[in-house]
Amino acid sequence: GKNEYDLLVIGGGSGGLACAKEAAQFGRKVAVLDYVEPSPRGTTWGIGGTCVNVGCIPKKLMHQAALLGGALKDAQHYGWNISQPVHHTWSVMAQGVQNYVKSLNWGHRMQLQEKKVKYFNIKGSFSDPHTVRGLTKAGKETVVTADNIVIATGGRPKYPNQVAGAREYGITSDDLFWLKESPGKTLTPFVFNISLECAGFLTGIGLDTTVMMRSVPLRGFDQASHMSKKNQICFTTQQQMASLVTNHMESYGTKFLKRCLPTKVEKLESNRLQVTWKNADLDTEETDSFNTVMWAVGRAPDTKSLNLETVGVKTNSETGKIIVDANEATSVPHIYAVGDITEGRPELTTTAIAAGKLLAQRLFGQSSELMDYDNVPTTIFTPLEYGCVGLSEEAAVQRHGSDNIEVYHAYYKPLEFTVAERDATDCYIKMVCLREREQRMLGLHFIGPNAGEVIQGFALGIKCGATYSQIMKTVGIHPTCAEEVTKLRITKRSGLDATVTGC
Amino acid sequence: SVQAHKEEDNPQKTMEVNGLMPVPDSYDYDLIIIGGGSGGLAAAKEAAKYGKKVMVMDFVTPTPQGNSWGLGGTCVNVGCIPKKLMHQAALLGQTLQDSRKFGWEFTEEVKHNWMTMTESIQNYIGSLNWGYRVALRDKKVTYENAYGEFVGPHTVKATNKKGTEKLYTAERFIIATGERPRYLGIPGDKEYCISSDDLFSLPYCPGKTLVVGASYVALECAGFLAGLGLDVTVMVRSILLRGFDQDMANRIGEYMKEHGVHFIRKFVPIKVEQVEEGTPGLLKVTAKSTTGNQIIEGEYNTVLLAIGRNPCTRKIGLDKVGVNINETTGKIPVNDEEQTNVPYIYAVGDILQDKLELTPVAIQAGKLLVQRLYAGSTTKCDYVNVPTTVFTPLEYGACGYSEETAVEKFGEENIEVYHSYFWPLEWTVPSRDNNKCYAKIICNIQDNERVIGFHVLGPNAGEVTQGFAAAIKCGLTKKQLDSTIGIHPVCAEV
Repeated sequence: GKNEYDLLVIGGGSGGLACAKEAAQFGRKVAVLDYVEPSPRGTTWGIGGTCVNVGCIPKKLMHQAALLGGALKDAQHYGWNISQPVHHTWSVMAQGVQNYVKSLNWGHRMQLQEKKVKYFNIKGSFSDPHTVRGLTKAGKETVVTADNIVIATGGRPKYPNQVAGAREYGITSDDLFWLKESPGKTLTPFVFNISLECAGFLTGIGLDTTVMMRSVPLRGFDQASHMSKKNQICFTTQQQMASLVTNHMESYGTKFLKRCLPTKVEKLESNRLQVTWKNADLDTEETDSFNTVMWAVGRAPDTKSLNLETVGVKTNSETGKIIVDANEATSVPHIYAVGDITEGRPELTTTAIAAGKLLAQRLFGQSSELMDYDNVPTTIFTPLEYGCVGLSEEAAVQRHGSDNIEVYHAYYKPLEFTVAERDATDCYIKMVCLREREQRMLGLHFIGPNAGEVIQGFALGIKCGATYSQIMKTVGIHPTCAEEVTKLRITKRSGLDATVTGC
Repeated sequence: SVQAHKEEDNPQKTMEVNGLMPVPDSYDYDLIIIGGGSGGLAAAKEAAKYGKKVMVMDFVTPTPQGNSWGLGGTCVNVGCIPKKLMHQAALLGQTLQDSRKFGWEFTEEVKHNWMTMTESIQNYIGSLNWGYRVALRDKKVTYENAYGEFVGPHTVKATNKKGTEKLYTAERFIIATGERPRYLGIPGDKEYCISSDDLFSLPYCPGKTLVVGASYVALECAGFLAGLGLDVTVMVRSILLRGFDQDMANRIGEYMKEHGVHFIRKFVPIKVEQVEEGTPGLLKVTAKSTTGNQIIEGEYNTVLLAIGRNPCTRKIGLDKVGVNINETTGKIPVNDEEQTNVPYIYAVGDILQDKLELTPVAIQAGKLLVQRLYAGSTTKCDYVNVPTTVFTPLEYGACGYSEETAVEKFGEENIEVYHSYFWPLEWTVPSRDNNKCYAKIICNIQDNERVIGFHVLGPNAGEVTQGFAAAIKCGLTKKQLDSTIGIHPVCAEV
């Protein structure tokens, strides 16, 4: 018989909702399934996916809370009389953040309703290539059929199962943003950016925070996601930038346990957690107690319950992610996938949204435009933010050879740091260009306040094929941090001191 | 050779008076720069790189209130730098309020101490003045803290604070004397009013302030004074931010009004009298309507005049060397190589006719000029699509055409304006101003929907605008804009 819907989207996150809403614009009959399996800790949330509920949004808000703590200190230098010490109350912040997130959940529900997209709060699995069946929380079964199906179920945080007690006693980012009480003294064994970002804001709001890492920061990102060189985004193997970011965090107050690997987590009578780890440098075992252990060891695609094998959707054997082509099509006709679930794509809200929209436009809007995954800009919201677009220095060297690239760089000091007597040693900009002729810009890296705001416009520049000389011809806006990009003159090759002096 | 002249036994002076000043055939310097500000210093440092013998003459004529400052020009001493720092102080006041919603607790009442802020800022400026002195010394540029004026071909007279005069000759000159705030020309203006030249080092809190003017200087100052908790009124003769996109200008004004700044529109002051002496004292301002005969009065602790700036070109002897200036404005017309009508005399910065009054423009022009003079370069300063930012409480960044100018130049049917309101994520939790931040781009339909104007109103507008300016320089089109992925969550992704 005929399928009930033109489009069924499984997963109401960034990619799924963007696709669904776009398809609805073309007057199509669309349905969205969204379901949040509670975390081992029991945390769950509403529609909107990771970004809205346990990702970008709450993370940036808590990052802002931490930055405001810094602003309070600065304010005294600028003449504001605030009696010290100043306290931070987790529950006030958490409530503010959680209320805002809930308003977004509500907003999404409203939008779906307005656009006449049918929403099912069920956990779906395939029974055939055009049929998905699912159970509501109450256990009622629903069957949905559609001409086209888009899988956008995203991912969930992994647990290090080889560490005893990891799952029983530890939490992940899924839980952190929904905690009603302060996490207290926190340990975050690190592999991924989210660990640095969380450790950063936890330190900023006054909590005793430790990051534990096995090797070098930001390297794991490259290994675990198995991204093809073509789709490599700038964070990978950014040794220099990573050390500047973590250097700053150390002077900011975050503790780092380097070259350490956790072995077990136990609960003490006081309800604190005792963590034992191996120190690779000293070849000893060490231990300490914490209130909270937050794992950030990667995310696994949420495909288990989908029943992909039944319909023959191919996944990558190592990562479990769904394999798609440039059309976001899977190995099964009429079944597509977008977002974090797809193999070889950046795990970003913005690319998921763009891909979801373009997919809907190709399916229903007579468009043939494919998603361009090159030169996707991004930012890590650590206490000192790091934004970038294009190739990392290492990737550029690998692709073109070190003789064929020129790296311009500068250490600069944000004006606002001067009066506030803030340390600017890690504020740094680096532009990676081709060496020959016009010196086309391959990558731009910026560490400093408002890194995302700075990088965004330059991402447009890269898309236009901007060259070093065009950037140098652009007059700076004074006084800003971004203008320092237009003033880059010293090359790494010259070996000269790259510290910016005066105006 | 340097010669000190006395009035009486001076054959050269006699010749000068008779218009028979000899043209020296060898010069003391390759280049003399009159004015040690953004443009002048940039040019000086660049010329030194090429082994040229350079002198910079810098002198600050004290304000009517007696205020003066060190080397570095307007930007460093009484412009961009202290302005942005005071703007930051005001922003911090707002963030203090926000921070409570983010969980921070501290005493209910938080007061601002003007002296603490001003002292920190002045200390920082002092370090910059010092830095410039050292930089010039290291680059072997001669620095004269003296008032420079032309007295004859290739010759300037330098008069220092004590009145000592010296003559210097150079092969080439760059005039970079910048501007100073204009006064109203009404009773009491010079005696009782202050300008931006005085504000940033004011040794007492200005208190209840009347800002006269609607320039970006007026709005920026009014903005941060209000942000620091002061009672601020802005008296505007006609429109806000003349020359800027008027839609954006009005939004800025609205925001300021909603945040406690009072506006008196269509009035001009006609008299300022002192009611009480003090620091600050009390002044009475009488103003007349521009549309009728209505007269109003008001009392303020401080009256800040921000009605425009006049180029420092009238008293530097330009007539002695035949450099043309625009008699009305005082500005110097130059060709696209910053050359005046006298081939060996150049000019950069705020004093140029029909050029933007911005530090980075002056710096760029100064550097490129010197590179053309001494390094064989042919690159001219690109004055097109220069980005700028107004640091009002709600910041405004722009690059390219305003909507009005675009319509005028291309015709309404040939341009498309894309726009959007946005709510910075950081403003959600503290429930701030939903639907005030705004961005628009203006595209030329006939030229592949090329982006010809970019405007954004929101936090960190400068940081956001810079990269877009670079992209516009690369010929950004709407399609390329659409295909660029945003960074999430930041304001710039809008």
